[in-house]
Amino acid sequence: MMTAFFWLLALFMLLLTLSVRPMGAWLAPLASGTLPGRWRAFDAALLRRLGLNDAGMGWRDYTLALLAFNVLGAVLLYALQRLQGDLPLNPAALGAVEAGSAFNTAVSFVANTNWQGYAGETTMSYLTQMAGLAVQNFLSAATGIAVAFALMRGFARRESGDIGNFWADVLRIALYLLLPLSVVLALLLVSQGVLQNLSGYLSFDALAGHGQTLAMGPVASQEAIKLLGTNGGGFFNANSAHPFENPSELSNLLQMLAIFLIPAGLCHAFGRVVGDRRQGWAIYIAMSVLFVVAASAIAWFEAQGNPLLSALGADGGSGNLEGKEIRFGIAGSSLFAAVTTAASCGAVNAMHDSFTALGGMVPMLLMQLGEVVFGGVGSGLYGMLVFAVLAVFVAGLMVGRTPEYLGKKIEPFDMKMVALTILVTPLLVLGGTAVAVVVAPGLAGMANPGAHGFSEVLYAFSSAGNNNGSAFAGLSANTPFYNAMLGIAMWLGRFAVIVPVLALAGSLAAKKRLAPTLGSMPTHDGLFIGLLIGSVLLVGALTYLPALALGPVVEHLAIWATH
Amino acid sequence: MAMTTYHPASALSLPLAAVLRPALTLLLFLTLLLGLLYPLAVTGLAQLLLPAQANGSLLRDSKGKVIGSALIGQAFHGRGEFWSRPSATAGSAYNGAASGGSNLGPSNPALQQAVAARIAALRAAHPGQHGPVPLDLVTASASGLDPHISLAAARYQAPRVARELGRPLVQVEALIAAQREQGWFGSAEQARVNVLQLNLALRRLAAG
Repeated sequence: MMTAFFWLLALFMLLLTLSVRPMGAWLAPLASGTLPGRWRAFDAALLRRLGLNDAGMGWRDYTLALLAFNVLGAVLLYALQRLQGDLPLNPAALGAVEAGSAFNTAVSFVANTNWQGYAGETTMSYLTQMAGLAVQNFLSAATGIAVAFALMRGFARRESGDIGNFWADVLRIALYLLLPLSVVLALLLVSQGVLQNLSGYLSFDALAGHGQTLAMGPVASQEAIKLLGTNGGGFFNANSAHPFENPSELSNLLQMLAIFLIPAGLCHAFGRVVGDRRQGWAIYIAMSVLFVVAASAIAWFEAQGNPLLSALGADGGSGNLEGKEIRFGIAGSSLFAAVTTAASCGAVNAMHDSFTALGGMVPMLLMQLGEVVFGGVGSGLYGMLVFAVLAVFVAGLMVGRTPEYLGKKIEPFDMKMVALTILVTPLLVLGGTAVAVVVAPGLAGMANPGAHGFSEVLYAFSSAGNNNGSAFAGLSANTPFYNAMLGIAMWLGRFAVIVPVLALAGSLAAKKRLAPTLGSMPTHDGLFIGLLIGSVLLVGALTYLPALALGPVVEHLAIWATH
Repeated sequence: MAMTTYHPASALSLPLAAVLRPALTLLLFLTLLLGLLYPLAVTGLAQLLLPAQANGSLLRDSKGKVIGSALIGQAFHGRGEFWSRPSATAGSAYNGAASGGSNLGPSNPALQQAVAARIAALRAAHPGQHGPVPLDLVTASASGLDPHISLAAARYQAPRVARELGRPLVQVEALIAAQREQGWFGSAEQARVNVLQLNLALRRLAAG
């Protein structure tokens, strides 16, 4: 079982690493605004037709544009859900989505979280799925990548007052990157058996002797961007476990690669934009080390199985199969769980709620680390770069030098933004969990008794605050309490991080870029990679270990103590 | 907000209206392009190039009537059939319009009770089998629509199926072998059979 896992992991990392350089070469011109010649004329004409231009913006203007665009997007998505009953492309005749759920879902998709309190096939019309949810899959991804571009420019530019143009960034990312990738991936997925039609739900007499109704829909087009944009919101309730969303081992591999494709490529693009490719590879290696360790841990815990079921007479040698699909097995389910929570995707091909206690703790921890192990498209890189600034700051303190990163002096304003960015999500996660476990509507949502019920709530807030979107799905989260609490956590977890990151970008862009001296600390070698990994783990562990001890650790001890 | 002079990185240079207009233009343009044109174009391409897959990989009987999808499991529990995994879909088992798992945690007593009951039922129906019961036959899948059972689960049921159909065991085991799908990298727990396809083959055997 572990042998199959390690082969799959090796194949996955090989293909991913091969994709890094070409993806970086695709992304870097978009980030630096140096489109190839033949594109430039088309690009300029399109911007002009839309009444836009690509004149540089200061960080405050960039932030204002970003917030306005996202607020409007949320309003439009909310309206679509509320009005879907009176709009076309609704063969299952689904009515308006309830107000609290529509609010939660609108925030969720705009914030690139894609937490789903609803079941897709019984709630959302085809029009809402396509023109509402899938559009925000594109736009929230483009927003995240735009912020990463802005931060890259902050490091690359010298004494500059601008960090790029938000409108041009979003348009170019959506059109020249996400759209072509999505078309290709969608067709590849259809070839494996993913649906792509506008038919009504199909009812027939099944061979097994019962009637069966199969949900249909334009699945593949939405599936492609769900993965490429690290969104994760499934067309169906069972998400990527549904055979119509993820039919085979090959589609499973394609889905996992699609999730990491852009976050990994952005590392290389970063290296290119700042003029030193080793800087990008250092970030990529740090992420990869954390990822490989976490994925292996999940697989190992899942392979141990559940001794409580073996004691009843079930075959314990198959690992833990509750909530898993046979075609993915322990290997494909564990790797997918690591990919989707390391990246802030949140798609699932197995039910994390039914993972072993510690096998379910690792995905939770990956989210709690701040979604910086590849992370969301854009948000993973800007989150990791914030940790890189923290790492050079800590190193600077140890040797008593003014810290600098890529020739930019790190000063008090920058460190305040870094601290804000790092502290926002723990506040949302731990604060939200604390409230939920002391009030009745919070407790009422738990589906499992004991420590596991606490884990469900902690997982929900970790997922919402860090914009992941996966769930310990037993939790009944489609209630006024959770719709409101998690909606707030998702919004602040997204935009209360983006604003200080853009402030950091603006501050960095305005600085001189100093030439490295003999005394500068190199930020591309093994020592720095170790320091970066250490910073991520230290902050994550100090913040979350006490809470994790109360949930998954207690459950693990309780299960194994009796055997 | 009336201030329009540009101060680098220090103040807003844009009045709010100057932000809302491009935001709205861009949002509507991209909604049309990515929300309608893109999915409709992909639908057209998929229907043209891969119609069987795009419409659900449907299986039909000799009269052309749909009897299932090759990708979606069904709730088989007839005496002379191979049984599927337990399903936790809402309403009824293998409800193709409401996918989902049980979401029972590993320490939940409800999981142990469900598994114990399934083990007892399987043991009663397979008196010749004395070893541990294949785990996938007593646990619910993630989608509730898993089309597969493990090879071990099929072999476990083979003596019962052969007995009920009055066929030699080797014939039934040969059917299983013919339907076997190998997992990548020789993973033993992913070696599997599609239950619907296997039961179809079984019917052909019984008819022929």
